[in-house]
Amino acid sequence: MYLRSGSFSYLPELTDDEIAAQVRYALANGWPLSIEYTDDPHPRNVYWELWGLPMFDLDEPDGVLRELTDCRATFPHHYVRLLAYDARLGRQTTAMSVLVQRPADEPGLRLERIEVSGRTQRYSFRPS
Amino acid sequence: MSGFALHRPGGVPGPAGRPPSVHTEPPPEPLEPDATVDLRAEVASTQVRTVLEALDAELVGLGAVKLRIREIAALLTVDRARARFGLSAGKPTLHMSFTGGPGTGKTTVALRMAEILHALGYLRVPRVHAVTRDDLVGQFIGHTAPRTKEAIARAAGGVLFIDEAYYLYRAENERDYGQEAIEILLQEMESERASLVVIFAGYEDRMESFFASNPGLSSRVAHHIRFDDYDKSELRAIADLMLDREQYRFTPEAREAFGEYLDLRVSRGRFANARSVRNALDRCRLRHANRLVGLPTALGRAELMTLTEEDVRGSSVFPKLG
Repeated sequence: MYLRSGSFSYLPELTDDEIAAQVRYALANGWPLSIEYTDDPHPRNVYWELWGLPMFDLDEPDGVLRELTDCRATFPHHYVRLLAYDARLGRQTTAMSVLVQRPADEPGLRLERIEVSGRTQRYSFRPS
Repeated sequence: MSGFALHRPGGVPGPAGRPPSVHTEPPPEPLEPDATVDLRAEVASTQVRTVLEALDAELVGLGAVKLRIREIAALLTVDRARARFGLSAGKPTLHMSFTGGPGTGKTTVALRMAEILHALGYLRVPRVHAVTRDDLVGQFIGHTAPRTKEAIARAAGGVLFIDEAYYLYRAENERDYGQEAIEILLQEMESERASLVVIFAGYEDRMESFFASNPGLSSRVAHHIRFDDYDKSELRAIADLMLDREQYRFTPEAREAFGEYLDLRVSRGRFANARSVRNALDRCRLRHANRLVGLPTALGRAELMTLTEEDVRGSSVFPKLG
């Protein structure tokens, strides 16, 4: 199952140059970037592992791309995403989240029925 | 644009305002094999010319340095012309070392270099990120690599200026983390993709031994540029230039006295070229200000601008009279 998550996820995969252009946009807005990876793409898994520290005070995207290359080399079969954080008062939230790597084989999620009290049926996702 | 703009409390558009457009200018059109290019026009059309002229006007002396900068500018112009004919134009490595005494203008030239390389399209931004050992070398194991990478990331697209680079390598301590910083820098300098120029700067004798103990580094630095000490006429020209920029002027006697001052000062040692000239002028301005404050009469524009012989002769470099 092809994971659709974050910005541009219904577009073809971004190339490194396109990622660099997005990073440049985020930096021009004053948003520090960070890189996160996970092997569990469950929609409720919001806390992915942070790669290194968030990158502050950059002006050019080279440093971010370098870290991204390192992260991809270390975790070639993980999902990797790029986050931009807007720290301004009143927003203080993730401004951009782009998936920049996905494993070649994505097992996807399975819909599972659970029976709870009073024979009520509930549904949940489970990695297949 | 307005349709996608999110509500911002207070309507503050952010620290950097609207992000600047990220489009770069399109590459020049390719040429037919029998076409010709006028390199002089090429140089004149770019901002290079303005920057080179500013370099000539604002920096006194430094003939060898200016020549090398002109050569680099010419090489990059030729490379651009070659690229338009479809000839291979490998990106030349432009990592440099600036060696010379204190106050010979290494930092100033680094700033200019960034502007020139930007004007020639070699660098993306005309920015110099100046660092010293403290910014590159960590304090414990595993601290150095992130620090060095961070410095490189901040300088990306511009110039990384490493002042007093010889402190990076401490021969007496083989477990010093400086070696690690040098290795990461080397990696970065090797990589093709990087749009970064590294400039090592420092005093001549110590840089010699620094490069001698890091032969790998020395061979990857393409341009070793030497900054000679200024001679006396150049120092006087520098003083005139500095005064002119700050809208002061010497009376003829004061200029004479300042020449004598320089002769005496140079022979006293610990002379730091242009920096010493600046300091001497600053002290002249102090004495000038002190003298003016003590005057009982009203002052005009001319008095506020003019440094007299008395202001210069007040220096402790001159032997006390009587």
